[in-house]
Amino acid sequence: MAQKKFVVGCFDEEKVLFPAVKQVRAAGYKIKDVYTPFAVHGLDHALGMRETSLHTAGFIYGITGTTTAISAISWIFTKDWPLNIGGKPHFALPAWVPIIFELTVLFAAVGMVMTFCYLCQLAPGVKKHHFHKRATDDLFVMVIECTDKTNTDDLKALLSSNGAIETDVQVAEEGWWFGTYDKEDNLYNEKQLA
Amino acid sequence: MASIKEQFEIPGTLKTWSYALIGIGGAALLYGMFTKGFSSDEHEQVHFWGTLMYNTIFWTLVTNAAMFFLCFSTMAMAAWMQSFRRIAEAISTLVPIFGGITLMVLLYVVLSHNHHIYHWLDAEAVAKDPILKGKAGFLNPTFFIIWTTLTIALWSYFGYRMRQISLEADVAPMDAATAHKYNVRSMVRSGFFLVWFGLTVASTVPWLWLMSIDAHWYSTMYSWYTFASSFVAGMALIALWLIYMKNKGYMELSTSEHLHDVGKFMFAFSIFWTYLWFSQYMLIWYANIPEETIYFKNRVQGAYKPIFFLNLFINFLCPLLILMKRSAKRNFTLVAFMAVLILFGHWIDFYQMVMGSLMKEHVSLGWLDFGILTFFVGVMILMVARSLASKPLIAKYHPFLKESILHQV
Repeated sequence: MAQKKFVVGCFDEEKVLFPAVKQVRAAGYKIKDVYTPFAVHGLDHALGMRETSLHTAGFIYGITGTTTAISAISWIFTKDWPLNIGGKPHFALPAWVPIIFELTVLFAAVGMVMTFCYLCQLAPGVKKHHFHKRATDDLFVMVIECTDKTNTDDLKALLSSNGAIETDVQVAEEGWWFGTYDKEDNLYNEKQLA
Repeated sequence: MASIKEQFEIPGTLKTWSYALIGIGGAALLYGMFTKGFSSDEHEQVHFWGTLMYNTIFWTLVTNAAMFFLCFSTMAMAAWMQSFRRIAEAISTLVPIFGGITLMVLLYVVLSHNHHIYHWLDAEAVAKDPILKGKAGFLNPTFFIIWTTLTIALWSYFGYRMRQISLEADVAPMDAATAHKYNVRSMVRSGFFLVWFGLTVASTVPWLWLMSIDAHWYSTMYSWYTFASSFVAGMALIALWLIYMKNKGYMELSTSEHLHDVGKFMFAFSIFWTYLWFSQYMLIWYANIPEETIYFKNRVQGAYKPIFFLNLFINFLCPLLILMKRSAKRNFTLVAFMAVLILFGHWIDFYQMVMGSLMKEHVSLGWLDFGILTFFVGVMILMVARSLASKPLIAKYHPFLKESILHQV
């Protein structure tokens, strides 16, 4: 896949991060993402992300499950293989409701998980580039996509002046990437050696 | 904080409207009482007292649900509701009033031995009936009167104690130690209410007041069903008042974030209500035992069929499909519409629970029902507005208030 150039700025505090996000966006740069150790309230709004459509997808999967269940059971019990169960009518809706419900939940849940993985480009064997190891520990890592016109030195200076404690330029795979790392990162073992 | 309006002034239109509603409803109530309630025709008597009964029980349970909401939120150390807790408190001040009316109506029904409403009041019939004899330890006038009086008195008293401790948060800023002590004391007081609530609304009271109308029939789901019905209506009432106050320019600290969570309660408990509705219905449908299906016979196949399914449509399908979206729960107009619909739906639910057993042959829904409803709505509007005006709208030194202001969903 295509390799892209990114400028990475690391922040160690939320209250520095928010104004920095504002400044970088105001300067016209495109922020790819901010990697944080925990969910930061309001960051999605600050980044100007649109609302996710995952719940709409979930609704559609759920409705599909409901339809599948109703049509399957009603066909089986009224046309294909009608059985007399305790003298109940063949079209015994109350008895089917639990199954209809379960199938709705199953379709919605499985569908949403798979859609989520697809949107986040997660799958077995897919590698993700880590912009900074400490993004999962105590650093807020802002990643800015570069274009042909981007002056990386200017951008790094802008990040530093807005409180970034570390900045660098990285070239990374964007999107689906079924490769392997040159060197597998393992923080735990490195610490043991040191 | 300086610009916050702490004092609610009752608008003239609200007073006019509530007096008009009380006037019209009160006239219908009195007219019904003298033409039907005290008439010699048993059928008319049952019609009037049954209608008054389900209205007053509905409104007592709904206003009591506001206090239940406050108490379980306090118990869970929830902070988000602090910015509008005075609305829930104001609604709960109606418990002694509506509870008093309920007590009088039930006492009248029991003491006048109206066995057309409560079959178990008929001592001769009970003596010949092995099922009613077996239930006589629970279904007898003495126990009924004592338990009902105790229930309403303790709801009112524990609710009063909760409102008093809330007023302490108006006095002065608290340091960490005081705030901790204050929280513990609030939780202890809410604990008393919750335990009593569990012993009454979640179990005995719906059995006594409502389920014993069908003295032979029983359902283990019944109390939860009644609780879910009244709680979701209670949340709808809180939402309505919150929206009204926002429209009048008060409650600046409550935003669409808070409305979103109230909307979630309305949505979730509508589903919970349906779950109980279905659990009760399906087990009886499946077993198909005549003693049990008798309750549903006139509701599903008889005169009450339209109301029975309208009930399910309003209280399940509408909240499910309309309130599901996040943007719907944050939309003041839509939540107000849904709150009115849910309140009406659960009023209809209480209607079919009581009148579906008292007047099996035909649906009596008419001027008397809506007249009495008008009376209760009028009293509710007037008294909630008054008690909102009597206290500051914000418990401004409450330890959790800041967290509530910052609340984000």
